[in-house]
Amino acid sequence: MEFYSRRNYSLVARIVMVAFFSILSLIVFMPFYAILLASFKPGEELIRYGLNLRFDWDLMSLANYRYLFTGITRTGAYIAHDYLLWFKNSVVLTVVQTVLTLLVSAWVGYGFAMYRFRGKNFLFTCVLLVLMIPFEILMLPMYSQASSMGLLDSIWGIMLPYLAHATTIFFFRQFLTSIPKDIVDAGRVDGASEYGIFFRVVVPLMKPAFSAMAILVGMNSWNNFLWPMLVLRSGQKYTLAIGLNTLLTPYGNNYDILIAGSCFSIIPVVILFLSAQKYFIDGMTMGSVKG
Amino acid sequence: MMRKSVAFLYNQKVAPYVFVLPFVLTFLIFFIYPVITTVQMSFQDILPGMVNNVGFKNYERLLGDRIFRTAVSNSILYTLWTLLLLIPFPLVFACMLNSRSMIARGFFKTSLFLPVVTSVVVAGTIFRLMFGEVNGSLMNTIRMFFGLGPIKWLRVRETGFAAMVLMACWRWTGVNMLYFLSGLKGVPPEMYESAEIDGANAWQKFRHISVPLVKPTIIYVLTISIYAGLAMFTESYMLWAGNNSPKNIGLTIVGYLYRQGWEQNRMGYASAVGLVLLVVAMAINLVQLRLTGVLGRERD
Repeated sequence: MEFYSRRNYSLVARIVMVAFFSILSLIVFMPFYAILLASFKPGEELIRYGLNLRFDWDLMSLANYRYLFTGITRTGAYIAHDYLLWFKNSVVLTVVQTVLTLLVSAWVGYGFAMYRFRGKNFLFTCVLLVLMIPFEILMLPMYSQASSMGLLDSIWGIMLPYLAHATTIFFFRQFLTSIPKDIVDAGRVDGASEYGIFFRVVVPLMKPAFSAMAILVGMNSWNNFLWPMLVLRSGQKYTLAIGLNTLLTPYGNNYDILIAGSCFSIIPVVILFLSAQKYFIDGMTMGSVKG
Repeated sequence: MMRKSVAFLYNQKVAPYVFVLPFVLTFLIFFIYPVITTVQMSFQDILPGMVNNVGFKNYERLLGDRIFRTAVSNSILYTLWTLLLLIPFPLVFACMLNSRSMIARGFFKTSLFLPVVTSVVVAGTIFRLMFGEVNGSLMNTIRMFFGLGPIKWLRVRETGFAAMVLMACWRWTGVNMLYFLSGLKGVPPEMYESAEIDGANAWQKFRHISVPLVKPTIIYVLTISIYAGLAMFTESYMLWAGNNSPKNIGLTIVGYLYRQGWEQNRMGYASAVGLVLLVVAMAINLVQLRLTGVLGRERD
């Protein structure tokens, strides 16, 4: 009985749990490791032998990455590809969409949080309604709508329907209702206009909400696939997700660039994630606490 | 005149409408109008330059459409599997990480969360190659390690489906675990301590303290999982490198909508598919909102 004292018990529990999570982490890392290894191997090797964990110094080289960044293939020939362009397009889209979505949605969220006006409950119910309906259902008419507005093949076509983003509006509204209305009234007493109060008093207070939502909106934008695929026509305007998808045919050097390109596209996000982990986690979980 | 209209915008009674205007416009142009068009198109047969009203014909066809039934059952099955695997396990993991005897919490939290930063496109590519049918693919290597022969993972219904579900687990276990961890933060540690003094074991603590207290989080995760499961498309699209999987083993409702609307240009029929999904999504959400009481709470 002595042997099973509380301290011993919790030590055993600790060892078991650490072992368990270590194995789990290893399993989770396996796909990352496999794609990293493959990015150093020739594409034909991958097509013939599949994605695996075989470490083979003779096969591995930086040739795929050289091709990715300079366009010079294994054989020394120059073959142009658009990977870097796609990467740039994705970065531009993500940054612009994130900044504009946060601004527009905060603007709307502020209206819902700080004012009483006729039709408010009805309109807020509409926000909830949009939250509930998967966009995919409406993609056909949305596409013809974007087409008739001349928005096809431009990043505005991708962004415009989502700048007043229901999830983000909902979140900002929840966040702002916890800010005392006195601050707004004090601003009015000081002679600031309704909009001046928003920009000068409220926006600075929203920093934590902005950083959390920036991660969420930014990640959605970076990974967005279906809608941009419908909107974009020309290869010059493709984002990374769509461009990489076009490389899925096993011809030519496609696999060289597909794997190295996929691998490289993870790196900036992982770095961002590791350096701003707290915001990532807040962004992903804040909705669950209040919603 | 100009002055006057600007002053009008600055009026305290008008300002709220200026604030919500971007939403109202978006709602009308990119929600109400598309919904109305979808309803309208679902009663039509749309050919280039010719539109015929066909009444309920699209819906009648839908009832007898076996591929549509496959798509619906795939979507529902996928949703059920994600609910079954992506709620209980992450919850248990979260409780384990949250326990006092755990160390290196941050490290494990990060490593389980990491897959979600990969896009579906990249994750799908990785999984497609991992589940490749060649002898040397990772999953076949594992099979061979246990003395089994290689199989064509993505061509068989059960294994293809398993690959799809496994990919969802890989990407979302860490996120759901984080949801539950943030829910568990609200549980005071004294509750566990006093339960221990009363002689409660790990299961009893889990069942009677953790689960009831994270119930709101469980409901939240349940909602978003149902939503994501029913609307799933890209995962299947990437895993089979296009919208066509052998014998439609990976076809989802949205995949079928995409196939009818874009690949076969049957806009009317695709709209009927979309509306069925819309009604299902609405019904589930309404039940959900009633059960959780959000509908009553929202009016302040």
